[in-house]
Amino acid sequence: MKEYEGKANGGSTGFQPVKNEYHVIPYRTYAMVWIGLAVLTGVTIWVAGIPLGRFNVLAALLIATAKAGLVLFFFMHLLYETTLFRLLLPVALITLASIIGLTFFDFSFR
Amino acid sequence: MGMTDTVPAGAHPEISFYEEKGRYGGIFSWIFSTNHKRIGILYFVTMMTFFAVAAVLGVLIRLELIAPGKTIMEAQTYNAIYTLHGVLMIFLFVIPGLPAVFGNFFLPIQIGAKDVSFPAINLLSWWLFLAGGILAVVSLFTKGGPIDTGWTFYAPYSIRTETNVSLAVFGVFLIGLSSILTGLNFLTTIHRLRAPGMTWFRMPLFVWSLYATGWIQVLATPIIGITLLLIIFERFLGIGFFDPTKGGDPLLLQHMFWIYSHPAVYIMILPGMGAISEIIPVFSRRTIFGYKAIAMSSLGIAILGYFVWGHHMFTSGMSVTARVVFSFLTFFVAIPTAIKVFNWISTLYKGSIDLASPMLYALSFIFLFSIGGLTGLVLGALAADVHLQDTYFVVGHFHYVMFGGTGFAFFGALHHWFPKMFGKMFDERAAKLAWGTLFVGFMVLYFPMFALGWHGMPRRYYDYLPQFQSDHVISTVGSWILILGLALMAINLLAALWKGKKAEANPWGGTTLEWQIPSPPPPENFEEIPRVDRGPYEFARETV
Amino acid sequence: MSTIAAGVATTGHEKHVSDYIGAKVGMWLFLFTELLLFGGLFLVYSVYRAMYHTDFHTAAKELNVTLGAVNTIILLTSSLTMACSISATQRGNRKLSILLLVMTALFGIAFLVNKYFEWGAKFQHGIYPGSDQLGMRENGEILFYGLYYMMTGLHGLHVIVGVLLFSVVLLFLVKKKIHQENFVLIENSGLYWHLVDIIWIFLFPLFYLIT
Repeated sequence: MKEYEGKANGGSTGFQPVKNEYHVIPYRTYAMVWIGLAVLTGVTIWVAGIPLGRFNVLAALLIATAKAGLVLFFFMHLLYETTLFRLLLPVALITLASIIGLTFFDFSFR
Repeated sequence: MGMTDTVPAGAHPEISFYEEKGRYGGIFSWIFSTNHKRIGILYFVTMMTFFAVAAVLGVLIRLELIAPGKTIMEAQTYNAIYTLHGVLMIFLFVIPGLPAVFGNFFLPIQIGAKDVSFPAINLLSWWLFLAGGILAVVSLFTKGGPIDTGWTFYAPYSIRTETNVSLAVFGVFLIGLSSILTGLNFLTTIHRLRAPGMTWFRMPLFVWSLYATGWIQVLATPIIGITLLLIIFERFLGIGFFDPTKGGDPLLLQHMFWIYSHPAVYIMILPGMGAISEIIPVFSRRTIFGYKAIAMSSLGIAILGYFVWGHHMFTSGMSVTARVVFSFLTFFVAIPTAIKVFNWISTLYKGSIDLASPMLYALSFIFLFSIGGLTGLVLGALAADVHLQDTYFVVGHFHYVMFGGTGFAFFGALHHWFPKMFGKMFDERAAKLAWGTLFVGFMVLYFPMFALGWHGMPRRYYDYLPQFQSDHVISTVGSWILILGLALMAINLLAALWKGKKAEANPWGGTTLEWQIPSPPPPENFEEIPRVDRGPYEFARETV
Repeated sequence: MSTIAAGVATTGHEKHVSDYIGAKVGMWLFLFTELLLFGGLFLVYSVYRAMYHTDFHTAAKELNVTLGAVNTIILLTSSLTMACSISATQRGNRKLSILLLVMTALFGIAFLVNKYFEWGAKFQHGIYPGSDQLGMRENGEILFYGLYYMMTGLHGLHVIVGVLLFSVVLLFLVKKKIHQENFVLIENSGLYWHLVDIIWIFLFPLFYLIT
């Protein structure tokens, strides 16, 4: 299914293979990911019950990020996509993080 | 595979896209067309209509300010008129201007493609643009009356005023959605539809600027989208996010507004800079100096644009730390901007400069934009800004950047690409005359504003102290000269459409792909997709 | 020359659909705009959470963790069925694909029904934006519920759009317009649905688990 003879003509030029390359992911992989997500949901509820002070927020966000990562890399196929897709996502995430971070230069120092 | 099957059905290289027989006839062949060139022209016509209205409103503002006190209108009318002038100019002309008109028309051609990646979405974005513009105008005549908040919609006033803020704001929301779809389309097109051999560093600089702009459109516009929705919800439901009596903070709205609107300033200027980078090499007969530096500085400006929004809020009550940080970061924007200016100037060096009308616009762009940029540094300095914030100095500054910059780039691009878009030549002497009038009018109109602001004249005021009158009179006279220049330009170009000489494929001797196809272009641009084997501005090879 | 011929054949108006990767690039870019749209609300959340730490905790106690957890599992499961439905299409198993897609839509509807009861209970207690009851509370609690309604509301709207989208995709599947050779529409719908899921993955701990 791979048809990228065009690459020799100078990088990723704008003509596309008529048939496209794709990966079919086994149902079993998806099922494992789902189990992982369900377990992490349990963990986050459990951790929220333990008084850790401000670390509760951190723990909740870390677990949520792990879950989002599972969805992104498996359900959304990011693991199997070309480099392009993996380069695009950080652009959006870094932008959002910068915006929120910079705003706190105001609100944290009032 | 041989070359016999390479001309797809419907290419018709012998006719122009104006003569293409589509599914619909008459006006429907335009408003339902998914051809990127027709959509570009649709945007052009719509936008010029809004621009004309907004320009007339601007002249009315100046007329009111020719003398202190009431001159031609009531204070409330004045508030509505400057708000509408701002909203129409910013959201319906300056932000979408170059990408929607020239980007739509020339981006696919310049990279050797037949259309954008998503032609139907492209058409949808024009419809959203039109709907948004119409809603903004309709909001004037509905219950509550014309919006009077200024184009920045600051809370708490925008939450409390009786005027019809919600409808106008929703109009702007739709325009934002249109902008997002255009950006998304351009990014995908540049990634996917470049012709064979059109590598990243063989793309014309206009395309690079649209690429940088596309990212801002996609990533920054949603923030204003949600902010505008919050204003509407705030007005109808009283959620309290921006209402101090419920614990909210009006400053947060200012933050969110400028998180978009500062990057949006670069949506406005980057494509203009891209167009200038096209015009200067063509009329200097010389390869652009520092191609990669200009391309990368576009990305640099796009990135830095996200880190400096706080400089609009130095006197709003932000924390001192935030003010210092934002002031510090603001100065970094000067670096990529200066890189561009120096490279344009270096391109001129030892070139065979042809002072044709597009070049005159380009050179005056550099001059006016530099004044705008340098006064921006004055405002970026925290101490100076405390004195100058919300005075006419700011008004002067952003008109130099937005009109002297984007506006002149737009008109420069219009003269540069007019023969290609419409297949007709305009009268060059009349074009020069119009440019001269416009330039003089511009300087007379906006330069006194720096003096006014420096002496303490606040912006948006209906009335003023008699000591400011002489400068206001000069400025108002300038507005008459400027509108005369615009009228001359419009008449000249309309006359060219009417009875202009037929344009050749390459009247200026350009080297990018759009000059290799007939004027106006065939429906699908290229008979066969070109194969690119050189950079965009190699004049030496052309003339040898 | 042969490679160029392929290029010509695929960039014409009629053949745009065949740019499979291009369609997905466009979808991802659209997802980024969604991310930043919610991002604006996450910004509001983080600012007021930092300002009204304790009020947020007090207010969050009244949210029903069990309902939230059930909805989380429902959405996660719907993501599983969605992903499997795409796999089924790619394998050419149309019937399974249809079945899984219908299940996904049903899970989406179940999520909404659940949400309806959750919101309904809050409304009964007089807790909704602009209500007198809510107005008498601490400022931080007013903002917490404002955010709760805005964010879960906007998310719910996305779930509704998702379910509507699925009905269109379903029609295409039944009419065999989506099949083993051309499945980018169902794949892009899946991407959208997974993003909606990711947003909820963050909303759940931020609203329900901060007691």
